[in-house]
Amino acid sequence: MRTSSVLLSFHFGCRVQLPDMDYLFVFLFVVLGIAMVLGGILASYLLAPRNPTKVKQSPYECGEETIGSSSINFNVAYYLFAILFLVFDVEAAFLFPWAVVLRELGMIGLVEVVMFVLVLVVGLAYAWKKGVLEWES
Amino acid sequence: MADALLNPLSLTLSVQTSEAFAAPAMSLADRASRALESGVWGAVMYIVIGLVAVLTAVSVLGLVMSYIERKVAGHFQCRLGPMRVGPHGVLQSLADGIKLLFKEGIEPGDGDKVIFIGAPIFSITATILLLAIVPLAPGIQVVDMNVGVVYIAAVSGLGVMGILMGGWSSNNKWSLLGAMRAGAQMISYEVSLTIALLVVVLFSGTLKVSEIIESQQQGWWIWRGHGVAIVAFCLYVIASTAELNRTPFDLPEGESELTGGYHTEYSGLRFSFFFLAEFANLFVFSALAVTFFFGGWLPFHVGNYEGFNSVMDLLPPVISPIFWFGSKCATLIFILMWFRWTFPRLRMDQLMRLEWKVLLPIGFANLILAATVVLSGLYFFPSAT
Repeated sequence: MRTSSVLLSFHFGCRVQLPDMDYLFVFLFVVLGIAMVLGGILASYLLAPRNPTKVKQSPYECGEETIGSSSINFNVAYYLFAILFLVFDVEAAFLFPWAVVLRELGMIGLVEVVMFVLVLVVGLAYAWKKGVLEWES
Repeated sequence: MADALLNPLSLTLSVQTSEAFAAPAMSLADRASRALESGVWGAVMYIVIGLVAVLTAVSVLGLVMSYIERKVAGHFQCRLGPMRVGPHGVLQSLADGIKLLFKEGIEPGDGDKVIFIGAPIFSITATILLLAIVPLAPGIQVVDMNVGVVYIAAVSGLGVMGILMGGWSSNNKWSLLGAMRAGAQMISYEVSLTIALLVVVLFSGTLKVSEIIESQQQGWWIWRGHGVAIVAFCLYVIASTAELNRTPFDLPEGESELTGGYHTEYSGLRFSFFFLAEFANLFVFSALAVTFFFGGWLPFHVGNYEGFNSVMDLLPPVISPIFWFGSKCATLIFILMWFRWTFPRLRMDQLMRLEWKVLLPIGFANLILAATVVLSGLYFFPSAT
């Protein structure tokens, strides 16, 4: 491995940065999560009894018979909150780099972020005024 | 330096301190990266260690936390909790796990099978990815990336996917309602959670988790942060309780209205994955609170009070980080369990009102205030740097 590293550095004319293992680990943990669940399902497939019946597979509603389809309507407010969340989550993503370098930016950085946050807070106030935040509407 | 050269004792002392404080803060991924220089097998060894450690941690945490939860719940209600399996019932969760393994995994007849099986994968993967970044002691951390806090914010959002998928694919009205509630609740409170973490990022000026801990050598941020950190900590605790779907925010699985919420249709081992993820998350969120606000593995130091600090440093260096991290974490977990027996459950409209009309404005005001505090340098115990 060392020889290949040396060869690579010769090829690029500088010392090659070794790969950052952090994201390889992240990838392997995703694989581990999938393997854990599928392995568990396989284990229960081998060990647990399987005897599906029509009654057993019907939706569980404490013994009552299900009325109508299970794909019911739900409150439109969920959708509105999801849109609001999207705005504020993206905003938080903008604030991360700002928070790291605030000391170097100084006062101008603070003023700019106050204005940025104020624009969003105006949006929140508008949504509030329009009654989006009321669950009943 | 001249002093050190003249006096051999002080030289050894300075060498020891520099080794103790500078060198060992290397995560497992960094070690693997370094091992790659000399050969591929060393790196593979570190990778295997990391995977096995996290897999063990998830399973053991799930078992231990569910036992503690039941024991704490029992004693809060003047009961004993589990007592039969093993001394004081310590093997109860293991017995439950074995029982769940041998239970039939019932699939809903008209549900979407692929999504139904995929849902626990998302939940457990989110937990595993979060566990990987928890710093237990200097160097005892699997990944320590330079954008750690962004990673935490990103990965913790993955858990919502598992719950929404589980509720959607179950073909059950209660599962669907519970999943929609959980989704709305978790994404709403995630905003507050991120804003609370941003306050600590402002103070420490770094996104790397181990550096955030190192920045608290002079005192934990919750003391040094001049009140804004205390507000941020309160926001964090409220938001993380909501993220964990624990009482008083447990209405996604409110058993008196929705039987089991999003996991109503899950049984056997598939249910246990949601269960495992939930209890491991309880540890993860407490551990992150300890990391961000209570100085992680660092002992309790107060500014320049050398006498007090040296008493706190009495533990041998091998035990000290584990002791401090463990005791802080255990206290927070106990407080979160205490919530369950103290606060009544909120209603859905109250829950959303609390987040969007109370916590979010407070969070923003607190963030701007924190930025002002940071810029004017108004910390308690000003840092040495």
